[in-house]
Amino acid sequence: MLERQDMPRQDPEKRRSNFNEVALGYSHEQAINEASRCIQCKKPLCVAGCPVEIDIPDFIKCIADDDMEGAISELKSMNALPAICGRVCPQETQCEDVCVLAKKGEPVAIGRLERYAADWELVNKQGEPEKPELTGKKVAVVGSGPAGLTAAAELAKMGHSVTLMEALHKAGGVLVYGIPEFRLPKSIVQKEVEYIERLGVDIQLNSVVGMVETVDELLDEYDAVFLGTGAGLPSFMNIDGENLSGVYSANEFLTRVNLMKAYQFPDYDTPVKNGHKVVVVGGGNVAMDAARCAVRLGAEEVTVVYRRGDDEMPARREEIENAKEEGVIFKLLSNPTRILGDEKNWVRQMECLDMELCEPDESGRCRPVPVEGSEYIIDVDVIIIAVGTSPNPLIPKTTPSLEISKWGTIIADDNGATSKTAVFAGGDVVTGAATVISAMGAGKIAARAIDKYLNSNNL
Amino acid sequence: MPFEIIEKSQIVPTIHNMIISAPSIARKARAGQFIILRIDDAGERIPLTIADFDREKGTITTIFQEMGKTTAQLSKMNTGESLLDFVGPLGNPSEIKPVGTVICVGGGVGVAPIYPIARAHRQVGNKVISIIGSRSADLLLWEQKMRDVSDELYITTDDGTKGHHGFVTDVLKELLEGSESISLVVAIGPPIMMRTVAGVTHPFGVKTVVSLNSIMVDGTGMCGSCRVLVGGETKFACVDGPEFDAHEVDFTLLMNRLQMYQDEEQLAMEHYKKCEREGCQC
Ligand SMILES: Cc1cc2nc3c(=O)[nH]c(=O)nc-3n(C[C@H](O)[C@H](O)[C@H](O)COP(=O)(O)OP(=O)(O)OC[C@H]3O[C@@H](n4cnc5c(N)ncnc54)[C@H](O)[C@@H]3O)c2cc1C
Ligand SMILES: Cc1cc2nc3c(=O)[nH]c(=O)nc-3n(C[C@H](O)[C@H](O)[C@H](O)COP(=O)(O)OP(=O)(O)OC[C@H]3O[C@@H](n4cnc5c(N)ncnc54)[C@H](O)[C@@H]3O)c2cc1C
Ligand code: SF4
Ligand code: SF4
Ligand code: FES
Repeated sequence: MLERQDMPRQDPEKRRSNFNEVALGYSHEQAINEASRCIQCKKPLCVAGCPVEIDIPDFIKCIADDDMEGAISELKSMNALPAICGRVCPQETQCEDVCVLAKKGEPVAIGRLERYAADWELVNKQGEPEKPELTGKKVAVVGSGPAGLTAAAELAKMGHSVTLMEALHKAGGVLVYGIPEFRLPKSIVQKEVEYIERLGVDIQLNSVVGMVETVDELLDEYDAVFLGTGAGLPSFMNIDGENLSGVYSANEFLTRVNLMKAYQFPDYDTPVKNGHKVVVVGGGNVAMDAARCAVRLGAEEVTVVYRRGDDEMPARREEIENAKEEGVIFKLLSNPTRILGDEKNWVRQMECLDMELCEPDESGRCRPVPVEGSEYIIDVDVIIIAVGTSPNPLIPKTTPSLEISKWGTIIADDNGATSKTAVFAGGDVVTGAATVISAMGAGKIAARAIDKYLNSNNL
Repeated sequence: MPFEIIEKSQIVPTIHNMIISAPSIARKARAGQFIILRIDDAGERIPLTIADFDREKGTITTIFQEMGKTTAQLSKMNTGESLLDFVGPLGNPSEIKPVGTVICVGGGVGVAPIYPIARAHRQVGNKVISIIGSRSADLLLWEQKMRDVSDELYITTDDGTKGHHGFVTDVLKELLEGSESISLVVAIGPPIMMRTVAGVTHPFGVKTVVSLNSIMVDGTGMCGSCRVLVGGETKFACVDGPEFDAHEVDFTLLMNRLQMYQDEEQLAMEHYKKCEREGCQC
């Protein structure tokens, strides 16, 4: 049997100094070879591993038969953003994790095939989507991340008039401000956003809901509202020295680099400080992205400090490996305790403690405990804190009747219905920081529920 | 949707008045809030206080001082041209309620943002005493507008070319030592001025509010660039402020963080001047 086809990638030495995409995509031949590895299971396990239930064997068969049109229409019927998911889905813990081939060897590279088909479409086919008859119902979608984009697309396809409001000056949410160019080219996000506009969605950028209009005011104008405002509020560690110059939240660092294109400063106006020695605190995708951006900006040494072990790092394995190849140093089982600065308030050192893993906690992960007296100091001139985010309180603060959990997330049922009539929510704002595909799944489910609500007689 | 410049003029050297068409923001704007703008696709997002608004005409007035690249570029723009992005209103509005006598202190370009606050205090029946100051008489702005919304107006200049020879805080101290009971002081200006105001009012126990101009990116609470230390707690100036209790603010931290990009700001300015000279479009 054929081996899983390797993904061609930019050479680590080269990519350390550019922001071009790292994974280059399959060639036509590789795609056909990989697709033919799929044994077309009668009861495909992979489908259940995909949060949006793509008919995986079907689209893969199309690729094997070189029927790209078929593959893309199969994909698009379930997933509005395949070029994005094919790149950033944690496939290894979702569809590919449960592929039967994974039992004996390597699973079918479902994500890479999805990317191949989607990229084929972006180059070869950009038809006008069919526009359904308008229902006359108006829906406001707040937030243009994957949840909002998906909800908007689905609602537009159902014939509702959709207005999408985004606080920033570009649509895409984390896809444009967080995930770097070298992992997800912004031109791809842009094309997916344009597709959604062609579906008839009116995108209003620079619109901060809660400030320019409250949710209650939107309800005067629209028949329903979907909140997909994400979990964008950065957490800090609350240790000494965290406000020193040179200490960034990952959100700020990544926003400057990705959304504002600070890596092209001074051709682009927004600066970012990149030190010689950079420390990133955290072990998730966000930490990997920040560390790899720091490498590309020219830091001599980039260290990821994470309080648990290698196995516990929540980042995608592939991205951890990529980071290692690019020279990122991992200081595991370490936790920062304070940050020290110089007379100009600039960060100079960080004090850390060694940690030990003890019995698993509620989340099933091993709880780290500090090793007494193990303090040590690292020299550093930029620190990036990537220890998590929570939902922005702006909408809850300005929408008194919306029920919120103690973590600040909006409470919604399985269909995305919130405590407020006609208001639905989904994505990170409901679940807390999660994944692109789960946010899309939530957007889709909520769109169906909104459609049902709009068609019900009591409106 | 581009945002058109309806009116643009230089009020005093290096300080400009710019009126922008932004009806949805004008509908909501209140004293104390700000906007964030971006000139073009390569541009930086910069915050400016809403110095005035006209709900009927749908316009927002901003007053800005040439500081670096973005404000220099802005100063060259003309009526009829448009800004790419203009978002707001951001931040919390000033708390305006009847309290008695309020002293409004504006320094330099800070006179502009203090104006709508003074006007709002007047409208709810407070007695408004204003102190406005600048380095020199020719740099003083909005004297007449401030006079129109104040019961008393004091002027100071650093070089003595107009009004009191000295700082706004000299007059402030005299007023606080006087017989009139003062309920509130609001001060907007350079951080060093706001820090001095806080120092002057503290011994008198008069509630003092300042508007912090920390470096911002998104202005919606997403990045933490704007964080300031208030009463020992980290706050985000864009969503928790921009106004805070002056006696609780760590001004040293604010001033240090404002210096963070000094080298880059200089580089950006040089790059801009070079582009201007050589006429490239970046
Ligand atoms: C650096 C980084 C890397 C990641 N890598 C991966 C990965 O590899 N794979 C993966 O599956 N997931 C990854 N994730 C997680 C994933 O990106 C998120 O789970 C997903 O984007 C959530 O989608 P969302 O639509 O709920 O919210 P978001 O993408 O956060 O979008 C919310 C949008 O709403 C806007 N908004 C917020 N408040 C308002 C308001 N009041 N008015 C108007 N607009 C508002 C925001 O500006 C934003 O654009 C990563 C996240 C980050 C930060
Ligand atoms: C809430 C708020 C309201 C403000 N209102 C006004 C106003 O009404 N009129 C006015 O003239 N200025 C105002 N400012 C300051 C104004 O935003 C800066 O002067 C401007 O960003 C300078 O940009 P530049 O590129 O011209 O200069 P740069 O060369 O980039 O910087 C010059 C100075 O501006 C500060 N600065 C730089 N970038 C930013 C940024 N993104 N955000 C904030 N400060 C920055 C730096 O500390 C530096 O000292 C306000 C700032 C804040 C936070
Ligand atoms: S969307 Fe994600 S989980 Fe579903 S098939 Fe594609 S890569 Fe797998
Ligand atoms: S489980 Fe694996 S082999 Fe079976 S259909 Fe899915 S991808 Fe193909
Ligand atoms: S400017 Fe980004 S959080 Fe305040």
